[in-house]
Amino acid sequence: MSLPEKGKLPSTSAKSIKAEVFSSSASVAEMEAIAKRLRRHIITMTGKAGSGHPGGSLSAVEILTALYFKVLRHKPADPQWSARDRFILSKGHAAPLLYATLAECGYLPVDELLTLRQMDSRLQGHTDRTITPGVEMSAGALGQGLSFAIGVALAGRLNLQDYRVHVLLGDGECDEGQVWEAAMAGAHFKVDNLVAIVDNNGQQIDGWNRDVMNLAPFPGKWRAFGWHVIEVDGHDLVQLIDAFNQAKKVKGQPAVVIAHTIKGKGVSFMENNPDFHGKAPNAEEVKIALKELE
Amino acid sequence: MPQEVSLREAYGQTLVQLGRENQNIVVLDADLSRSTMTQFFAREFPDRFFDCGIAEQNMVGIAAGLAASGKIPFASTFAVFAPGRCFDQIRMSIAQPRLNVKLVTTHGGISVGEDGTSHHSIEDLSLISSLPGFTVIVPADAIETAQAVRVAAASYGPFYIRLCRPKIPLVYNEDYRFVLGKAVTMRQGRDATIIAIGTMVTAALEAAENLKGEGIDCRVLNMSTLKPVDEAAITKAAAETGAIITAEEHLEHGGLGSMVAQVLARHQPVPMEFVAIKDTYAKSGKPAELLQRYGLTAKDIEQAVRSAIKRK
Repeated sequence: MSLPEKGKLPSTSAKSIKAEVFSSSASVAEMEAIAKRLRRHIITMTGKAGSGHPGGSLSAVEILTALYFKVLRHKPADPQWSARDRFILSKGHAAPLLYATLAECGYLPVDELLTLRQMDSRLQGHTDRTITPGVEMSAGALGQGLSFAIGVALAGRLNLQDYRVHVLLGDGECDEGQVWEAAMAGAHFKVDNLVAIVDNNGQQIDGWNRDVMNLAPFPGKWRAFGWHVIEVDGHDLVQLIDAFNQAKKVKGQPAVVIAHTIKGKGVSFMENNPDFHGKAPNAEEVKIALKELE
Repeated sequence: MPQEVSLREAYGQTLVQLGRENQNIVVLDADLSRSTMTQFFAREFPDRFFDCGIAEQNMVGIAAGLAASGKIPFASTFAVFAPGRCFDQIRMSIAQPRLNVKLVTTHGGISVGEDGTSHHSIEDLSLISSLPGFTVIVPADAIETAQAVRVAAASYGPFYIRLCRPKIPLVYNEDYRFVLGKAVTMRQGRDATIIAIGTMVTAALEAAENLKGEGIDCRVLNMSTLKPVDEAAITKAAAETGAIITAEEHLEHGGLGSMVAQVLARHQPVPMEFVAIKDTYAKSGKPAELLQRYGLTAKDIEQAVRSAIKRK
């Protein structure tokens, strides 16, 4: 399907989307509008829930917009479609962003976003693959997604399926040793149908990465582990889409897109403020943030 | 003396047969394929075998991803390393999403021997049984191992199968059919019931035979499916024999003994004794020496039976 006209985006009902493959015809302007709506959803959802992780959701908005509205081959009405490109959220605390994106695509009703973190909601505090359509992995315990993604990529190779696997990690998440076990394995098994994306916002709960646990030289680490490294401005949709297209051409090794981002991007008092890693905005802050995101 | 056969060999050979029958069977190991015997599968199906190196957390995650994509992964290492080295990965990547991963670990218990404390897996059953949705099996011999592995392959969901290092006597013949979730009555008896798993089934049978000379008539159950535990068989044995003794190569807390005690407390309280490792770590030694030092022989079971009967 083609996306509805700008300003009317998007349909919130899976019914209208049917089993069609999601379009990649969105213009940059349309995607920018989608990104803004995702940011508004994140603020509204976490504000209503009274808890959650806005900072690391806001930083990855353009990454998910580029993937879901341009890069991925997927069918919102058929989340289990076997040929779908996979998106795996390893930094499971960015669940509000993933849910908002899935809703904008038609996997979920947009109204359901307001049930985030409530009893019996399909939208758990961290992702749960058993109850939310479109969620590939139960995450939230950091460091596990890259390994999982390698398994999905290896299965695709064994099954002679041409789907591609994308997995989003946080930079702070890369403190976890398992990430580097997986980095070794990804290169060893030559999973060139896999792209890791790092939401490199430079911050973790206790402050700047460089002060908490220095990851530098970060791109150098990935290169040393045998990965094709692409660095982009993670808030620039064109750069992101180019990076994913470039990653597609890499053969014999996996690719990592290091997306330089700003934690809390789009809301002045959340930007580069680790306080909003795991804290929801209060009613007044929601009002100010939504005004900034008009 | 019945023939002594390796459970690990039985596992390795069964994997090869399964691999021939079903192309969705894939196998992962963490640099121990020569010990876990996944090497047989690796040789015949190199494209479906993934040696993850000495990185158990990553192995578990890759297995989960394969399972989420329709494969039936068997992942193997020593019992002390999985779940010990990758508990949270098993919890979040396999147990919570109920993915179809089969963890088959070897070198369970202290019959590992000389390698010592770091390689003695005495907490694994407690850890893995604590995870909702996991099926846990501890086979008593090579024949039961082969069948349990087949049942795991054919049943959807997360499985943990714990094997021992040494060759141990066969307690079954080829006519045996393993039934998931059902205790097997190895020997009838009226005075007390010994419930055993794994290597301790042979010891339990020996103890029952010895006690016959004292006029004590023991029932012996093989509780090879540790979880979900066969509550009906435990309750019936308690009601009919009035005393229960558990025997396992594992710590006293969190394993077979704890599970049986929970069932008895709820349904049929009777005097109970525990043959298991007390709250301690074992050291290096020959398997037989260790089993003796830490109270896991037929003699220890006999003493426990006498104590339980006295309290009836």
